Amino acid sequence: MIDLDGLYSLAELPLLAQTGGSFWLPDAATKDPAMDPVFYLILAVCALFFFLVVGLMGLFVVRYARRPGVKPQKTTTHHTLLEIVWSVIPLIIVGVIFYQGFAAYMEMQNAPSGCYEIRVTGRQWQWVFTYPNGYSDDNLHVPVDLPVKLTMTSTDVIHSLWIPALRVKMDLVPGRYTSVWFRADKEGTYRLLCTEYCGDEHSNMLAAVVVHSAEDFQEWLKGAADYLTTLPPAEAGKILYQRRGCFQCHSTDGTAGTGPSLLGIYGRTHTLADGGTVVVDDNYIRQSILEPQAKILAGYQPVMSTYQGLVTDDEITTLIEFIKTLK
Amino acid sequence: MATTQVEPVPDSYLTDPRGLRSWLVTRDHKRIGLMFLVLISASLALGAVFALLIRTELTLPGGQVVSTGAAYNRLFTLHGAVMIFLFVIPAIPSSFGNFVLPIMLGAKDVAFPRLNLASLYLYVVGMVFFLLVLLLGGIDTGWTFYPPYSTSTATPVVLAVVGAFILGFSSIFTGINFLVTIHTMRPPGMGWFRMPLFLWSLYGTAVIQVLATPVLAITLLLLAVERVLGIGIFDDKLGGDPILFQHFFWFYSHPAVYIMILPAMGIISEVISVFSRKHIFGYDFIAYSSIAIALLGFLVWGHHMFVSGQSPLVAMIFSALTFTVAIPSAIKVFNWLATMYKGSIELTPAMCFALNFIFLFGIGGLTGLFLGALATDLHVHDTAFVVAHFHYTMAGGVLMAFLAGLFYWWPKITGRMYRVGWGQLAALVVLIGFNLTYFPQFIIGARGMPRRFFDYTQLVQPDPDFPMLKPHPEFVYYQIISTVGGFLFVGGLVLVAINLIGSCFGGRKAPANPWGAATLEWQCDSPPPRENFASAPEAGDCYDYDDLEYDEQAQEYVKLP
Repeated sequence: MIDLDGLYSLAELPLLAQTGGSFWLPDAATKDPAMDPVFYLILAVCALFFFLVVGLMGLFVVRYARRPGVKPQKTTTHHTLLEIVWSVIPLIIVGVIFYQGFAAYMEMQNAPSGCYEIRVTGRQWQWVFTYPNGYSDDNLHVPVDLPVKLTMTSTDVIHSLWIPALRVKMDLVPGRYTSVWFRADKEGTYRLLCTEYCGDEHSNMLAAVVVHSAEDFQEWLKGAADYLTTLPPAEAGKILYQRRGCFQCHSTDGTAGTGPSLLGIYGRTHTLADGGTVVVDDNYIRQSILEPQAKILAGYQPVMSTYQGLVTDDEITTLIEFIKTLK
Repeated sequence: MATTQVEPVPDSYLTDPRGLRSWLVTRDHKRIGLMFLVLISASLALGAVFALLIRTELTLPGGQVVSTGAAYNRLFTLHGAVMIFLFVIPAIPSSFGNFVLPIMLGAKDVAFPRLNLASLYLYVVGMVFFLLVLLLGGIDTGWTFYPPYSTSTATPVVLAVVGAFILGFSSIFTGINFLVTIHTMRPPGMGWFRMPLFLWSLYGTAVIQVLATPVLAITLLLLAVERVLGIGIFDDKLGGDPILFQHFFWFYSHPAVYIMILPAMGIISEVISVFSRKHIFGYDFIAYSSIAIALLGFLVWGHHMFVSGQSPLVAMIFSALTFTVAIPSAIKVFNWLATMYKGSIELTPAMCFALNFIFLFGIGGLTGLFLGALATDLHVHDTAFVVAHFHYTMAGGVLMAFLAGLFYWWPKITGRMYRVGWGQLAALVVLIGFNLTYFPQFIIGARGMPRRFFDYTQLVQPDPDFPMLKPHPEFVYYQIISTVGGFLFVGGLVLVAINLIGSCFGGRKAPANPWGAATLEWQCDSPPPRENFASAPEAGDCYDYDDLEYDEQAQEYVKLP
């Protein structure tokens, strides 16, 4: 595969077909995505009119190129019937396109009853998917063939959830809920991205969509949700540190990121931005997760948004245990 | 035997009166137009530098020019803000509009010359604000200033917003001036439907400038108030509604794309007719379509918000209305083609750029169908596809028309002729470079590349945690093509600049009517004298070329007796 450290050689780059999907659209997670026929209809209309207009333009430039002594031919300068024809034909065509786009859109909007419901929270710069049993994950796992409804909101700025393979996109707006539904009928792993610009790490706000068979999904959910009780707290905390995206701002190797590194932070006395000091203990960590703006360490910006409602007390305990191990 | 006499050089607006002070306090629409042209071209150059930095950055995944998302976000914000507020919005009305509108009407100046000068100074003040923002490290909100991001970021948003606010007034002043001038100063014999089509398009533009820009001003002011005083208007944390901002913002900014494109279409109508030596076809329909675009443009803002959470009913209505705007634009294109039919077409640089316009704006307009249709918009919204679409309309439309206008009126403005061959070559280089730059972005956008994305490493690399996830290494291939195209495109623009600026030093003197155009500005000298015409000219049919004959000796078109 591609070596990102070296320069790309054009010959090494794979052709489109190798990465799935058609020339224009990526692999689909459904057998017949409602959008695709509309996309190709519009593409055909575009191609037709582009070649018509540019073809005529090219023809006229060659055919009627200025030649010495040759006068332009007289034609009429006004033709109402012609104007009506070339207004009405495009009007009919765009009417058809509008209707097709609208019909497919309504199919994509109206969620059927009996959807499997997952809550989605967007925050800078991470996705949190909360399943009906209360378990939260940073990737979206869904069962195949079952309609899934995502009810979404944001804790900070506007984000937008896009799953190219499912042709769905919807904004996550702070202070209100939006929703989107889909039915994936092909098992596999697909990409989920943020498409509403949301700040410094916007391009890293990614997740995977894993479409499991019905049995695998139940098994995954049970296993994933049980790690808090089956694993020792520090190990569970390490998993949580990954899944909740803490790693994006807080390193474990001593490098300062957007936030302070967690290496050796526990038990030390630190200077705060307002000049005071604080001992990093269990209560300080708990407060920093739930009320991140309360006590900011000197040298850092108050940019972290709260995890209130996104972590349980048990989970905070495991995170504290994990941080204790980082010495 | 007649002795060779040194022809006395008549004083033009450029030299009468002389001195820096006479330029700074001038009320001459031609001088104001020329100063606008210089400042707007400088803004274009600045925006193009940011564009090349962005393109270089995106060539390969990971940091190339800058190392953090924060720095990249400032780059694309400054590129967008400079290009939109300092280049495309004022590009044609403030420069060529100011220069030729009064002359096309056979008038000495616009209706309110002092207001016109004020418009120039407001533009300069707005520019200074933007430069201050740049010196303070730039802003990272995107040119759209969406809250709550714009109310929470630490960058100097208020300064930029005030700059845009001031530039808005520059735009409003120009609009008022054009409306009043066209209404009150048309010469005898020039009824509404005998005006050059460029004036119809400026009229439609002025209507939007005057009606829509105040909404942007209010919106930006509210945003500044929220940031400075903490009054909740758009930020949900303060009890506001972030979607409200989007409605306000696009209520201006969608009509604003017609502020940008209408004057461009006006230039194309003039250039196509003159260089085909054919009366414009379907004058009434082109004129009415300008007004239709200006009015319908106010009813479609919601198509920017199909995924924002607005109700499906509202989305449906905005989608339907959006398609109606496609028709007047299509009418114009068909009428231009009918004008060329059986003409005598000369590929001057101005005509080449006008043909570039039809080619590129054609793609830009047609790809708008994907964005107007609801189902397809959900997929391509906020992706590189949209970036490609609006660059085909804005750069492929407005910039091409700006260049066509530049080559068309250059002899009139400067009194010098440029090298035709180099102009044609530049048009070809720009056309090729442009398509290489933006066409690949349609493909990667539809395949999964979002816009405003600093680092796409994770999209092109396999993910060790999810081996089944298919990466898109082909994105790199298209990004490389796009960057090569970008440099070619800007190279073409540099060719244009060298050719035109070079013509001022030793270019052949321009005759009054080098192209054989029938609009009034070609009846006065090149460059025009201070008061344009010695006596008020008579307005005839501005697209009738029958009585204009090329005089080989004088190398200009003269009126047959």
